[in-house]
Amino acid sequence: MKVYFRTLKDLPREELFAPGHRMCAGCGAAIAMRWITKTIGPNAIIANATGCVEVTTTPYPETAWMHPYIHVAFENAAAVASGVEAAIKTLKRKGMWDAGDTKVVVIAGDGGTYDIGLQSLSGMLERRHGVLYILYDNEAYMNTGIQRSGSTPKYAWTTTTPVGTAVRGKIQWKKDIMGIVMAHRVPYAATASIAYILDMVNKIKTALEYTEEGPTFLHIYAPCVPGWRYPENKTVEIARLAVETGYFPLYEWDHGKLRLNPPSNNHLDKTKRKPLKEFLKLQGRFAHLTDEEIAELEEELDAYWQYLAKLQTL
Amino acid sequence: MIQIQKTRRVEALTGNYAAAYAVKAADVDVIAVYPITPQTTIVEKLSEFVANGELNAELIHVESEHSALSAVVGASAAGARVFTATSSQGLELAHEILHIASAMRLPIVMAVPTRAISAPISIHNDYGDVMNARDTGWVIYIAASAQEVYDTIIQAYRVAETVNLPAMVAYDGFLISHTVEPVELNNEEEVRRFLPRSVRPYTLNPKRPVTMGPLASPDWYYEFKYQQVLAMKEAYKVVKDVDALYGEKFGRSYGVVETYKMEDAEYAIVTYGGAAFGNAKAAADIARERGIAAGVVRVRLYRPFPTMDVLKVLEGVKALAVLDRAIMFGSPAEGPLYKDIATAMFMHGVDKPAANVIHGIGQRTMYVEDMYKIYTMLRENPRKEVVFMGVRV
Amino acid sequence: MSLPKATELPIGAVIPEPGSTRRNLTAGWRTLRPVIHDDRCIRCQLCWLYCPEGTIVERKGVFQVGNRTYDVKYEIVYDYCKGCGICANECPTKAIEMVPETP
Repeated sequence: MKVYFRTLKDLPREELFAPGHRMCAGCGAAIAMRWITKTIGPNAIIANATGCVEVTTTPYPETAWMHPYIHVAFENAAAVASGVEAAIKTLKRKGMWDAGDTKVVVIAGDGGTYDIGLQSLSGMLERRHGVLYILYDNEAYMNTGIQRSGSTPKYAWTTTTPVGTAVRGKIQWKKDIMGIVMAHRVPYAATASIAYILDMVNKIKTALEYTEEGPTFLHIYAPCVPGWRYPENKTVEIARLAVETGYFPLYEWDHGKLRLNPPSNNHLDKTKRKPLKEFLKLQGRFAHLTDEEIAELEEELDAYWQYLAKLQTL
Repeated sequence: MIQIQKTRRVEALTGNYAAAYAVKAADVDVIAVYPITPQTTIVEKLSEFVANGELNAELIHVESEHSALSAVVGASAAGARVFTATSSQGLELAHEILHIASAMRLPIVMAVPTRAISAPISIHNDYGDVMNARDTGWVIYIAASAQEVYDTIIQAYRVAETVNLPAMVAYDGFLISHTVEPVELNNEEEVRRFLPRSVRPYTLNPKRPVTMGPLASPDWYYEFKYQQVLAMKEAYKVVKDVDALYGEKFGRSYGVVETYKMEDAEYAIVTYGGAAFGNAKAAADIARERGIAAGVVRVRLYRPFPTMDVLKVLEGVKALAVLDRAIMFGSPAEGPLYKDIATAMFMHGVDKPAANVIHGIGQRTMYVEDMYKIYTMLRENPRKEVVFMGVRV
Repeated sequence: MSLPKATELPIGAVIPEPGSTRRNLTAGWRTLRPVIHDDRCIRCQLCWLYCPEGTIVERKGVFQVGNRTYDVKYEIVYDYCKGCGICANECPTKAIEMVPETP
């Protein structure tokens, strides 16, 4: 990534996301929205998919958005953004666009990206629209009350994967959305966590600049208080532990090269990662895990890290 | 350099190509392209125009019709003039977005060469697809010739941009979309003058940021739906005005209802679309030769429904048959146009025998002979009932 | 209070006023209130950084804290604070104390 902000003092101070919205106290996505809106700057149009963010920030007649903003439906934010981007392109050519170099940014949750929105995301990436797609991942369909999505980790409790004697939480593994995006050979894709703000905003700004070349993608990890079942003051701590345990590595896919970012660049060595248990034990959705199940998760995590190590050599 | 056609000329065109020429003349900015029979040749022609430098537009080769309509919603919201086309399954897939497009008050124009809906899969023409979309808040025209398709699409842009509602121009799939007739094409500079770029009430623009598509609680939702009701009523007047103005400028206008030999008709077939209207006219001629005072009414503007115009042309009629080419299962009467006409008649105290004839389903041939039989039936035994004509039972 | 009529509202449910959620004070949500003890604050900015509401503001000026002089001070605008406690949890010097909200 390009380093636009070196220290916290360099970060923009002007808030471009108004308070008074209905997001839960301690919401990870709220932190993400604050920093996304600040970093993309005022000259951007936001297309938002249905979800927690959309519903809590646009209760008619109020809106938390200071940007031009459009919500259409659940599965089509990428298609809507494609239309906005094409409109700006044509209107500029015809001398009818008066706002200069306006960027187009999609904000969508994991439900609207991994599952129902996957098709329109893929189409947008394939067509190479100059759009920045930002995924805020809280690992379930949270807005409808915590149901499992393709992004939910194995063994996590959700209301549609409850924990009982016959079934113990989600059966399948979390889908690798970054792998899918990278397979589209986009100029830039990166993961970020709301605990590492400097890393996140530098990536947002880098990704926005690269929209000159084509579509870019950001996968932001945003813990959810009611969904993951933890006290609301722990959101940033959990987002940090996700990275420190290697569960959610920070990396960039920059023009075909994988680069692990600090602190994840040290985590190829398993001994440098904190034990996964430290991340799991803070969350009620994993409270039922047995030691065998945790061992299974750790084994899968090790396999994932070996895959990342191989990707780095490409 | 984009070459604009600055003269009038006549070309032999299919209905679909006529639609493409209309879109080109309208200086559209963004087109969502996705293939489905029988619409595909529209977007193929538009792709050619763009490739040849004749049309300055962005083509978005979307990955589904749901995305096609979503993309033009986004583009229209950003202030662009947009177009897309679909039929049958594509229209069904986009259905969710139809409601959203009209509720968001976006002046999208869409061509729908009509096609039967699955299952079983059929690529052939009937009006099942458009009729399934009739209550989505779109202005709906049903054109009956390639010339009318061309003229109506141009008119639709002006109507849509005046009332801020999206508009659909439907016409017979295959029977009009793929058959060739002479079409007079306007001077494109004059078309652009007929379609000036208006200042939209709201667009996505960082200089004037607004939020579109919010969440509305029970305290707010109803008012926005009522706004759409009012807009539809306004659209009726605007459709007529634009059609009249178009007639003045380009020499062709159609009204909201077309009549054939209705001045002294006692028995009428009321229908929509080119094939049904054409065959009914031939049948009316035969009926007249044999002493039946037959006439035909074609409904051109389907939504908003031109209630008073339809009732007016039916005033002198003793009995009528509404010929529908779609089946609305489980309804008191299965024909959608029949339901609209029956409601119109009921609300305005008009009580006369009106039968509902369902025909041409899945492009089952509607023989002129069949249509003639409708007239004899109306004269001998007119009943308020549904007749499924042309099906083997 | 009577709400506006259909004919008085912007068409298409567009919200023309950006940031209008500011009208909605979310102070009533909290049961705990964060209090910054300025004498322990080292101006690390983490509370300002992580607040989900963006309701911690940076004030420029000259602030004497013990034998140190700072040019900034961080203050909580209680109108929107939901009492999540992330600021207190992240503060490295435990300068923020979550106290029960008084009725």
